[in-house]
Amino acid sequence: MTDTAGAAPVTQPVTSTMAADDEVIIGLEIHCQLATRTKLFCGCSTDYRDDQPNTHVCPICLGLPGSLPRVNRKAVEFALRVGKAFNCTIAQEAEFARKNYFYPDLNKGFQITQYDKPLAVKGYLDIEGDAGEKRVRITRIHMEEDPGRLVHKGGADRPKYSLVDYNRAGIPLIEIVTEPDLRSPREARRFLNKLRATLEYLGVFDSEKEGSLRVDANISIQPKGWFEREGKGKADRGRVEVKNISSYKGVEKALTFEITRQKNLIRRGQKLESATRHFVEARGITTSSRSKEMEQDYRYFPEPDLRPLRVRDRAAEIVLPELPDARRARFMEQYGCSPNHARTLTGELRVAEFYETVAGADAMLAATWVADTLLGELNYRDMSIVRVPPDTFRELLFLLKGGNITDKSGVEILRLMLDQLKESGCCESPRECVNRLGLTVLVTTPLAATGEDPIVKAAQETLAEQPQAVADYRNGRKEAMNFLVGQVMRKTRGCAKPSDVNAVLSRLLEGEG
Amino acid sequence: MLSVTFSPEDRFHAFITTLPRAEPEPGRLSGIPVAVKDNISTRGIPTTCGSRILEGYIPPYDAHVVSLLKREGAAIIGKTNMDEFGMGTTTENSGFGPTLNPADPSRVPGGSSGGSAAAVASGMVPLALGTDTGGSIRCPAAFCGITGLKPTYGRVSRYGLIAYANSLEQIGPMARTVREVSLLMEILTAYDPRDSTTINFPYRHTPDPEIRGTRIGVPEEYFGEGVDPRVASVVWDGITLLERRGAEVVTCRMPSMAYALAAYYVTCTSEASSNLARFDGVRYGPPADTRPPWHEAFQERRREGFGAEVRRRIMLGTFALSSGYYGKYYARAQAARQQVRDDFVRLFRTVDVIAGPTMPTVAFRLGEKTDPLSMYLSDILTVPANLAGVPAISVPCGRSEGLPVGLQIMGQWFRDEKVIDVACAFEQGVSA
Repeated sequence: MTDTAGAAPVTQPVTSTMAADDEVIIGLEIHCQLATRTKLFCGCSTDYRDDQPNTHVCPICLGLPGSLPRVNRKAVEFALRVGKAFNCTIAQEAEFARKNYFYPDLNKGFQITQYDKPLAVKGYLDIEGDAGEKRVRITRIHMEEDPGRLVHKGGADRPKYSLVDYNRAGIPLIEIVTEPDLRSPREARRFLNKLRATLEYLGVFDSEKEGSLRVDANISIQPKGWFEREGKGKADRGRVEVKNISSYKGVEKALTFEITRQKNLIRRGQKLESATRHFVEARGITTSSRSKEMEQDYRYFPEPDLRPLRVRDRAAEIVLPELPDARRARFMEQYGCSPNHARTLTGELRVAEFYETVAGADAMLAATWVADTLLGELNYRDMSIVRVPPDTFRELLFLLKGGNITDKSGVEILRLMLDQLKESGCCESPRECVNRLGLTVLVTTPLAATGEDPIVKAAQETLAEQPQAVADYRNGRKEAMNFLVGQVMRKTRGCAKPSDVNAVLSRLLEGEG
Repeated sequence: MLSVTFSPEDRFHAFITTLPRAEPEPGRLSGIPVAVKDNISTRGIPTTCGSRILEGYIPPYDAHVVSLLKREGAAIIGKTNMDEFGMGTTTENSGFGPTLNPADPSRVPGGSSGGSAAAVASGMVPLALGTDTGGSIRCPAAFCGITGLKPTYGRVSRYGLIAYANSLEQIGPMARTVREVSLLMEILTAYDPRDSTTINFPYRHTPDPEIRGTRIGVPEEYFGEGVDPRVASVVWDGITLLERRGAEVVTCRMPSMAYALAAYYVTCTSEASSNLARFDGVRYGPPADTRPPWHEAFQERRREGFGAEVRRRIMLGTFALSSGYYGKYYARAQAARQQVRDDFVRLFRTVDVIAGPTMPTVAFRLGEKTDPLSMYLSDILTVPANLAGVPAISVPCGRSEGLPVGLQIMGQWFRDEKVIDVACAFEQGVSA
């Protein structure tokens, strides 16, 4: 049953439409795996990605009868770093609680989480919103354990059986809940990017790990100003919780889909009921979830096997590292980066670190080449910047800076290098590329060069081949010059500097005139 | 190497599992047979909690206390019978049949550590481990005429104890004499960081029977309604004996007793409903039938695997924690529990220990307690120590109707030593 776009017949008269004075209200619940070496309540390693199922387990994370949890101090410290970085009030005492429910992947029949005494409350994160700088309030941050994972075997439609893998059971998670302060899918995406960057800067999160971030989004469409007036009051239009979003791009997709679906319903005058929907990543749609209609009663109560955590004092001892906003300001100041470049370069920890490694070649040049060129080329190839050796990239920057190659050749070399890296994990040095491809910049002295000079030769050929353009130029259509320059550039395979080509062409055209 | 062979004639059905041979190591308990209650995990030895739902479960690890026993060279010769998951006061609620009381085989041995008490009382073993959630060591000790100590909450690691009610229960020693109980305490209290509710405070103590000047509080409620006057009279004689040995006896009141039983049953059933959720047929015990949808398979396995008393308590606890009732039951039970603690705090400002009967009656006849509520009521004198977390011992103190009666001595938090001393003084007074 996939009710994708409100296919039910219209039964009610149209009473309202999605008008310009409606607005989108979004709040997020984000689960992040903390990058500790061991699990939340036992000493099992969290680094199980390439290992066989059920090889990183012990009596505690299997939930064997009689085993007892013991809190990983590092995980608490990581969570506290996040609480501080998000400007939260840290609880005097945080308390673990049991969330009771049955599910085949749940080893104990309950999940140890935090309920009415979370680790941190009432924080905020500033992002670049649709209308300038925006403060997104954080409701709470709490810690909990990841359950196991079901692996379904058999047919895709009707699984014959399921297996349980407990390697993931007990991985420390934090759940971050925002107030409904976001107003568009784009803002949600930006918030998540900022959140991810902050977690990475804090050294508590590895976004490269599959499943390290999962998002549930609450979304509704309300008359403009409703939220400010009514806050959490009862709305005419229901709120939809979209579950199971596991990628950054997925969040924007799921929300965009959901807005269209809700707008369609509103346009048809149908009532929007509160509901839980499921995001199907492969199809980019949300579907109504059948079984979860009934409100689950989790019967929370304090975990009797653990003592409350006195966290406020511990939080006071934590010194935070430089965070994205501070680094952005420093990049502008220290390297002279433009605001846009600084934002792009600090948006991911690995990018920022890569930039600082190569900035010595020439800070401005490096900023342009990393932010404008490299990131785009990496994105196109779905590659991570960690696969690019900084020394190699720095060598490329030196070639560019020394005028040994043109920008166009630089891009060509970079693409070649990235393709090689993607294929084999290593690549030729830029200098080798230049020699092999013959991309050394053509040096000319425009005013003195003769027919032996490759640029002059190419220019002469071009003028001979393009009489119409030459005529146009002579008749005062100066734009024709651009065309001619382009032709010469093509003949020299981009190895000539445009300024040289321009000078040579001008001389030849005037000389003949 | 010395080897202990054990071929018990288990006339009272004290054991669920017996081990024919043990190869003891050197140590303070070298070669001494020890019985372990079957809710304490033993590596390689079936551990059932007296429940069919765990039939065939062989733990891959030892409970902390079992490691300690092995380190001292003890010969673990079997796992003792118990009320299923500790839920009962008679050891009749076992999935493996009832244990009989060696003092009178037509009577129950008490529970839930009835198997351990019967194994000691019948002379099969000198030492046994029990667990006490609401009296489960002290009750069978009293009914069978042996000595059993519930240590201060947090003194003995619960790691490996299959939980019934985590915030109430402790593992403790059972033996014929106070000195043996004290020896076992020295071994059991070695620190274990794996149990976050313990503190590092090992018991190192030689019982000192000198109790002159010790102030003993006797709450009126321990001799009030529901307490068999014949039992009360035997226990009063015992308290008088302590007075003759130089202790000062003062009567006092424990008003929180009015709520103690309710607070206890709400707390223990709530915790149990959560603890027992893991028994769903996926990981241990007889496997669930996986053909129906998983939730139906879970229901079927749990309906068949748990006994009636366990199902009753799971349902009670599930109800007490449900949204809309939490405040009415669980939260109020915790408030009442705090009142019990406050009563103890207040009393311990003026007395060193509190004494009274362990049980309101002598051992019941097998099959006598058919109504769950009347069985629950018999825990009234033992649950306060669990609610407060204070140490409490039961020592044999004569007989009523020819059946053993236990004297209960409760002490201050982490003053298990004082409780042992008073019990030791009493024991010497009786034998003198």
